[in-house]
Amino acid sequence: MNRAVRIFVFLICVWSLIPVVWCGLASLKSSEELARIPATLLPADFTLQHYIELFTRRPFAAYYINSLVVSSLSAFLCVAAAGLASYRLARSPKRFRSAVSSSLLVMAFFPPIVLLFPVYEIIRMFGLVNQPWGLILPYAALNLPFATWLLTGYMELIPYELEEAAAVDGLGPFAIFRRIVAPLAMPAMTSAFLLVFIFSWNEFMFALTFMNLESARTLTAGMATLSGAFSQEIPWGLLAAGVMASTIPLILAVFVFQRKIVAGLTAGGIKE
Amino acid sequence: MRKARGIVRNLQQAGWYLPAGILLFLVFVYPVLRTLVLSFLHVNLESGFQPVFAGLSNFGRLVSDTRFYRSMQATLVFVSVSVLLEFVLGLALALALEQLKRSGRFFRTLLLIPWTLPTAIIAILWMWFFNDQYGAVNDLLLRLNVIEAPVAWLAQPRSAMAAIILADVWKAFPFVLIVLVAGIQAIPREMYEALEIDGGTYWHKFRYVTLPHLLPFIFVAVIFRIIQAFAVFDLVFVLTGGGPGGKTETISVYSYYTFLRYMDFGYGSALVLVLAGLLALIGWTLYTLLLRHYEPGR
Repeated sequence: MNRAVRIFVFLICVWSLIPVVWCGLASLKSSEELARIPATLLPADFTLQHYIELFTRRPFAAYYINSLVVSSLSAFLCVAAAGLASYRLARSPKRFRSAVSSSLLVMAFFPPIVLLFPVYEIIRMFGLVNQPWGLILPYAALNLPFATWLLTGYMELIPYELEEAAAVDGLGPFAIFRRIVAPLAMPAMTSAFLLVFIFSWNEFMFALTFMNLESARTLTAGMATLSGAFSQEIPWGLLAAGVMASTIPLILAVFVFQRKIVAGLTAGGIKE
Repeated sequence: MRKARGIVRNLQQAGWYLPAGILLFLVFVYPVLRTLVLSFLHVNLESGFQPVFAGLSNFGRLVSDTRFYRSMQATLVFVSVSVLLEFVLGLALALALEQLKRSGRFFRTLLLIPWTLPTAIIAILWMWFFNDQYGAVNDLLLRLNVIEAPVAWLAQPRSAMAAIILADVWKAFPFVLIVLVAGIQAIPREMYEALEIDGGTYWHKFRYVTLPHLLPFIFVAVIFRIIQAFAVFDLVFVLTGGGPGGKTETISVYSYYTFLRYMDFGYGSALVLVLAGLLALIGWTLYTLLLRHYEPGR
């Protein structure tokens, strides 16, 4: 029984990882080797030419910086706004709280395509097309229902007595939030930050629509146009290197922060 | 005086909600209202992008739009097959990892990786795997003598849909897995011990302890997945673009083309409203089922 279970788990792990491993190996092969049929598994001679080409001949560095700026700022903005709202929400009457929670749930499940065009109109009106803020604001908002949901559940657990004691010591409401509640809620805020960062890094539809200059694109939109830009010979090596370069930060994040990510996912999904 | 103080306090209260409120208004409330308005207008090339009142004609056009029905069919096939597979795989693996105890956590971390990777970028990788000349899938199957000549997987409706489903299951089953693992960990150990004393088999434990406890978790995971899968865009857009012959075009992809390729903003709004309405109906049904299950003294 136990051996069968082990083999099953092992096989699933292999199938989950093999596309990424294959791509990693392919990104180190020469173009000539990649065109060979039948394909080779291990690179015959290692080369970094595709990675070098990616950063020197393509605007990949710009994509990278855009993704980093957009994802970190939207995660920060989202968690800050959600933190303020969820603190008050956690301390408000139950009826109000559950009414807000239900509407947040509806918003969290909203198909993004419904919002795409009107949000584009707003972004254009503010002159934010091809500007990082044109993605930061929508991303922060799109993830806000989820983040508020996650944080409210956590803030409810923080004992009210702590705040009363602080109020007796003469702290105002905002100081209580900043000095007492926010530090205590840090584990949940970290989870929320990481998840919003990942969602923003991975978002594609808004990025593709709002950023039409090469220099303004994020990784997802940039990679998709990179793959579509060649009608004849598809540059497999370049694509493989691009896939690896844009996913490695996430793979590292999973290993470093797996507890936080899992905690955020399960709390967000299961909290009543 | 007391009244004025009350207003000030209310304003202070509102301050906490202000940043979140502004963001939600700009990206959810206004866009939904705007879409509602647009769905009753003609705003397209023909009208010179000037709004012309259309009444219900956008919705009337929808009823006789074969492409809409086809996209609905593609979406339903995609959702039902992929969510079913993700559920079966997620449950089987959650039970398996529970057997492995400590090493289970390590595998769970490994399995989390596909879920965190960007779909639009991984879709490029799948496009390569399913390529007829250079794809790894053909290479492998040729070597194993399963097929005799290279197959153009993405050029045939059925195999293209299968490829999309495969890629989605690859990415999304870890989510189901993680929710279900959390559910299994929340089951009190004593329940199993009690059954063991009574000589219960593994099947008994699963049937009478694990499954009943896990049911709400299964519900949550499946509701999440159904709703997300219904709005699938990235994977289809990059992998097949809706082809061949529109056979893998889902509602989100059709709506996207209506907005950005055909520039028909009125009709596009009607399309996305139908999608939203359908999802609301499905979500509401599943949610009431879940609540009924939760209700005490059922």
